[in-house]
Amino acid sequence: MNVAVTDRQPDTATQSKLGFVDCDVHPYTKSPADLDPFLSQRWRDLRASTGARSRGPFANAPNYPRMSPGVGMRMDAWPEDGGHPGSNLKMMREQLLDAFDVAYGMMMPLLGRGGDERNVEFGAALCTAANDWQAQVWCDAEPRLKASVQVTAEYPEAAVKEIEKRAGDRRFAQVMIPPRGLEPLGRRRYWPVLEAAAANGFPIALHLGGTSGHPSTGGGWPSFYHEEHPSYPQSKEALVTSLVIEGVFERIPNLKIALVEGGFAWLPSLTWRLDKQYKRLHAEVPHLKRLPSEYIRDNIWVTTQPIEEPERPADLLATCEWIGWDRIMFSTDYPHWDQDDPRYAFKVPVPEKEKQMIFRDNAMAFYGLG
Amino acid sequence: MARHVVASVGEIAPGTCKAVTVAGRDIGVFNVNGEHYALINRCPHEGAALCTGLITGRFTSERPGDYRLTHVGEMLRCPWHGWEFDIKTGESWCHPESVKARTYPVTIVPGQALAKGPFVAETVPVTIEQDYVVVEL
Repeated sequence: MNVAVTDRQPDTATQSKLGFVDCDVHPYTKSPADLDPFLSQRWRDLRASTGARSRGPFANAPNYPRMSPGVGMRMDAWPEDGGHPGSNLKMMREQLLDAFDVAYGMMMPLLGRGGDERNVEFGAALCTAANDWQAQVWCDAEPRLKASVQVTAEYPEAAVKEIEKRAGDRRFAQVMIPPRGLEPLGRRRYWPVLEAAAANGFPIALHLGGTSGHPSTGGGWPSFYHEEHPSYPQSKEALVTSLVIEGVFERIPNLKIALVEGGFAWLPSLTWRLDKQYKRLHAEVPHLKRLPSEYIRDNIWVTTQPIEEPERPADLLATCEWIGWDRIMFSTDYPHWDQDDPRYAFKVPVPEKEKQMIFRDNAMAFYGLG
Repeated sequence: MARHVVASVGEIAPGTCKAVTVAGRDIGVFNVNGEHYALINRCPHEGAALCTGLITGRFTSERPGDYRLTHVGEMLRCPWHGWEFDIKTGESWCHPESVKARTYPVTIVPGQALAKGPFVAETVPVTIEQDYVVVEL
């Protein structure tokens, strides 16, 4: 049984005013027209006349109904100015940045959807626009917010150009790729994009989402959102397996991957299984020189949200131990309905040293902040 | 235990809630089909302000394909993770025995009786012609 928050003290590094790094913050536009200033006339015209066309089944709706209005937003995050949750910096400061003494917030924009666009040239333009919008509208107004370089992995030349263009700009902290692509991300066709990120000092964030057109589970399209939500770890498992077994980390040893919005308790069992099979199947993948667990330990980080809430809360501490305390970074997912509150997300007290690592130090080191 | 005047009758429309702070506590006062109830304005899961959630009903099903909506207007859904609470009892839908939003006794008191006291009415102006919602804590 989880302990009710009213019965215990908040558990967070912010109690000692350390400040924490939030690895998943979603900024939104007040209206889709906010991206127009960052698009050329050609793409503004196409956007107005045709609109975006993702690879998913619907052009302007999510595949599954979400818990609350606005495609699953926190109900108390709608600003009084009538805009979308996450579109009002003042409110974001009140509800997140100032409320919890956030040192840095890593922005994960889910707008424009350039990475999902079928017309890859349009997709690349949408990515560039979302990047300029993050830098100019958000980072310049609030230096605690860091931008993620949006790219479309289906157009590697444009993606590499975009990554190189943003390299050295301290407003950008990472590259963001929708993890549900046309093919598993470890395939060779994506290597130029992965290499460009590593070569330019960017970690890659794989934030759940995107619509590849493939069903979200290996077993086909789910019927309910209650089935869809637990498919996030499946998507992450497929990514980790592909990146490891294809030999990405052998090819690009300095590539750093953050898995965002998939929780983390699934990672140890996947790692055990990969190691077990490596002992039997290594001849099939001779390009792997080390155990899968070693690549995972060196190259993959996880963020916490949506955090697991095991029946025995203390089991989560053992899970963190198995993954490695230095590989876990806290994330809220503000302003989404399933976001985690840094004070109450862990239903078990985390030892002070490890708490500091999860809430701050790991992310500071991962992103080279501070 | 003191009695606090938190609203006049009629001020909180049926199906709505008023957030008040009483003796340093954030409390939500609800009008459920004409009856008033008070709950702590703080979700026992991760602390969200319950008053900003959705007032809804209870969906039940005997079997797939058979759905019934009952307790219309009596359930409160947390604005964050959707945990549901019975506004009348504070019991959570997921763990009714062990997870509850704290409730506070509510009474309706005529303005005339309030004049005799003792009541605390810092924020609600009281006249003898009106009836008032009073929370005890």
